[in-house]
Amino acid sequence: MELNANIPSGPIEKKWDQHRFEMKLVNPANKRKYTVIVVGSGLAGAAAAASMGELGYNVKCFCFQDSPRRAHSIAAQGGINAAKNYQNDGDSIYRLFYDTVKGGDFRAREANVYRLAQISVNIIDQCVAQGVPFAREYGGLLANRSFGGAQVSRTFYARGQTGQQLLLGAYQALERQVHTGKVQMFARHEMLEVIVAGGKARGIVTRNLTTGKIESHLADAVCLATGGYGNVFFLSTNAKNCNVTASWRAYKKGACFANPCYTQIHPTCIPVSGDYQSKLTLMSESLRNDGRIWVPTKSGDKRTPSEIPEDERDYYLERKYPSFGNLVPRDIASRAAKDMCDQGRGIGETGLGVYLDFADSIRRLGAKTISERYGNLFEMYERITGEDPYKVPMRIFPAVHYTMGGLWVDYNLMSSIPGLFVLGEANFSDHGANRLGASALMQGLADGYFVIPYTIGNYLAQAKLEKLDGENADVKDAENTVNARIKKMLDIKGKRTVDSIHRELGKIMWEYCGMARNESGLNKALGRIPELREEFWNNVNVLGGNEEFNQSLEKAGRVADFLELGELMCRDALHRNESCGGHFRTEYQVEGEALRNDDDYCYVGAWEYTGDRSEPKLNKEPLSFENVHLTQRSYK
Amino acid sequence: MNLVLHVWRQKNAQDKGKMVRYDAKGVSPDMSFLEMLDVVNEELIAKGEDPIAFDHDCREGICGMCGVVINGLAHGGHVGTTTCQLHMRHFSDGDEIYIEPWRAKAFPVIKDLVVDRGAFDRIIQAGGYISVATGNAPDGNAIPVPKPSSDLAMDAAACIGCGACVAACPNGAAALFTSAKISHLGLLPQGQAERFRRVVDMVQQMDTEGFGNCTNHRECEAACPKQISTDFIARMNRDYIRGSLSRRPDKVGGGDG
Ligand SMILES: Cc1cc2nc3c(=O)[nH]c(=O)nc-3n(C[C@H](O)[C@H](O)[C@H](O)COP(=O)(O)OP(=O)(O)OC[C@H]3O[C@@H](n4cnc5c(N)ncnc54)[C@H](O)[C@@H]3O)c2cc1C
Ligand code: FES
Repeated sequence: MELNANIPSGPIEKKWDQHRFEMKLVNPANKRKYTVIVVGSGLAGAAAAASMGELGYNVKCFCFQDSPRRAHSIAAQGGINAAKNYQNDGDSIYRLFYDTVKGGDFRAREANVYRLAQISVNIIDQCVAQGVPFAREYGGLLANRSFGGAQVSRTFYARGQTGQQLLLGAYQALERQVHTGKVQMFARHEMLEVIVAGGKARGIVTRNLTTGKIESHLADAVCLATGGYGNVFFLSTNAKNCNVTASWRAYKKGACFANPCYTQIHPTCIPVSGDYQSKLTLMSESLRNDGRIWVPTKSGDKRTPSEIPEDERDYYLERKYPSFGNLVPRDIASRAAKDMCDQGRGIGETGLGVYLDFADSIRRLGAKTISERYGNLFEMYERITGEDPYKVPMRIFPAVHYTMGGLWVDYNLMSSIPGLFVLGEANFSDHGANRLGASALMQGLADGYFVIPYTIGNYLAQAKLEKLDGENADVKDAENTVNARIKKMLDIKGKRTVDSIHRELGKIMWEYCGMARNESGLNKALGRIPELREEFWNNVNVLGGNEEFNQSLEKAGRVADFLELGELMCRDALHRNESCGGHFRTEYQVEGEALRNDDDYCYVGAWEYTGDRSEPKLNKEPLSFENVHLTQRSYK
Repeated sequence: MNLVLHVWRQKNAQDKGKMVRYDAKGVSPDMSFLEMLDVVNEELIAKGEDPIAFDHDCREGICGMCGVVINGLAHGGHVGTTTCQLHMRHFSDGDEIYIEPWRAKAFPVIKDLVVDRGAFDRIIQAGGYISVATGNAPDGNAIPVPKPSSDLAMDAAACIGCGACVAACPNGAAALFTSAKISHLGLLPQGQAERFRRVVDMVQQMDTEGFGNCTNHRECEAACPKQISTDFIARMNRDYIRGSLSRRPDKVGGGDG
């Protein structure tokens, strides 16, 4: 397959403006003749659905939760970046662009990243106008804080609930459009198939999660804003029901899956406490602004933190990376923590943890200031662990958090299926091999509010779509696929629960395709995953029927797709003989840091489905860096 | 520890439903309440019995998806804690725990512990927003917002829409939920233009949905996992009176210039 990124020509600062001018428009009276489907109601989906509704398109929006307000974006704590330079500390669009390209370890597309940085300033304006209660200074102006991977203060936040407040802003805009009738909302509906007719995406098949009814929805274009796939690891910081199904179904219909192995392991999460654990809880990275990370200098030191004197503590990030200190990017902080634990210097019962200590900041700023900044995070920590972080240092450990990989899209956010657009975490576009903190919220809202409303018009104005009805063979095929799959799962009636298989998959992925990877481990995983998939299709036990509210059936469908995705991730990780960002191959390192191979791997690896029995085909989109020059990343 | 659970089981909206007894054995104090239910469900599935349906997603106390009545109290009655954030260290060996869905006329049961909270979305649709289409915004710092207003707006905006307030209220009222949104937007300069029309529209929708009236029991505030204050209800009532007195029909115009 030929992948054309459709990057506009001209200097990087002018590309988006020029492109907006050159794009075809749909005139206002014609917009109401088009129907657009948006799957997902997170930041990307809600922003897209609301904005397209405002423009006059008929929008149908879907989510699997009981209300669009509950999308996983709600859980984001720390903040959202924007190149406002309100702090006068040297920030600019160019600097945000530069930081993001560098932070992504030179595996993102420059043109997309530049556009993201440009749009970032409009996002803040839009959200403020919607009533998002960002933190403010006493003078009434917006406050900022700094985040990992940046030396300027450009992060806007709403206490520790930034994602919640941004999502509620987008949700309210969405509900306003539901009220006007321009958006029809389908909550508790799960998309299980894309309808491709005449070579174009023309709709989706959904299951009504309350009644089990399988329905087709037809449209002129489809946008997937269905989030990331971190739950392939079973344990992650993602909400329990996040899944890859929408993306995976699209992949199997011809959308390329790009860089699936790029996953982000977040350095500051609460360590695992037992086998029953159902998810991991993130402690926002913003805590690294005021918390200091350390482990004992001696291995196997079992003393309590207060018994360990200052000179027997190793503030290893400050030691190794003096200019960024505790604020190095996530991939680096996570690997450093793993390193310490591998050396036997990990803390807590399991030895899988490091301290995040606020004692110095409390001394310097007072407990009141610390509580204003992080109060709700401290409470959450105490609720989960039973320990008070004002008194004893937090225990933290890295956990799977975000997936940079996703469906391949061009500059217009269109996948390799014409008419199928992909927004937010579900696409691969802007973060390269590592995402900087506070940039996912920015990207989701950029895609939804300010990119798709333009590019969808450009597509529709030229698409020449044929009439389609529910009797069309492609529509019936898609429905039949869904029905057959459900029936197959319900008929197995084996012995194992869906969760037990999911947990087993998660262990394989974490062990062999997690924080550090190598050839022999990945080959092992590639042997075991297909066996586990066999086990699922022969021995899983899904109780109940289709025509009812059935959470076991929902889960089973999602895990079935994870069992296929896991294999593709390992394949991708194995083929990429280099280390970059979140993808760390132990064979490729210098002095413990990731060693990129730009001669051979400076490309986007976009996998194309070729059938269940044949290997996927790798397509390469070469990346060129004309503005930020390829260098070995250094945060020392 | 070992516990005895009494759980509300109801096949679907039509079914009458009943309490069913289950044993939960070997529960760890570090488990969350939902993890305890996960373990019970794994055992039920192994025995070929239908697992207990309950809503959940983030398991971090922020999405508002979870929520059951535990021993008569919404979310179990621990200060500032959702069901998913409640940990088993608050229970002791041998405890009997009664688990039921939110009970309110406006929240019909879908299955077991899962209810339909669509009414909340419809209240927001009626006016819980600031009408500003994408692209229409002035610079973020164009309008300074005094920190106290902004902080208070944030206190109100912290609502997660879980419905515990309704479940806890003897009248099944949604006053805390509705007033939180009205206050969040009404406290900010950006929200002034629609302030009085918003409150009237949202309150009317709340009544249409079949929620009860607020008679100041303040059970909602005690149950709210985000500790939203009933002061916002007083604020809503004041705004409502002003709004309904000053309401005039919209004037339509434009001409054909
Ligand atoms: C704990 C946590 C904290 C974070 N903190 C930050 C932060 O501080 N700053 C930052 O920038 N980023 C942060 N992130 C990352 C960021 O929150 C996400 O990347 C981002 O919100 C994703 O938004 P989205 O719109 O792409 O997808 P989501 O918000 O995940 O929404 C996905 C939507 O798709 C729907 N959906 C999915 N599949 C289907 C289907 N098959 N059928 C129907 N509907 C479907 C879901 O119902 C949902 O509505 C954090 C992430 C986590 C896990
Ligand atoms: S599951 Fe999200 S608040 Fe409990």
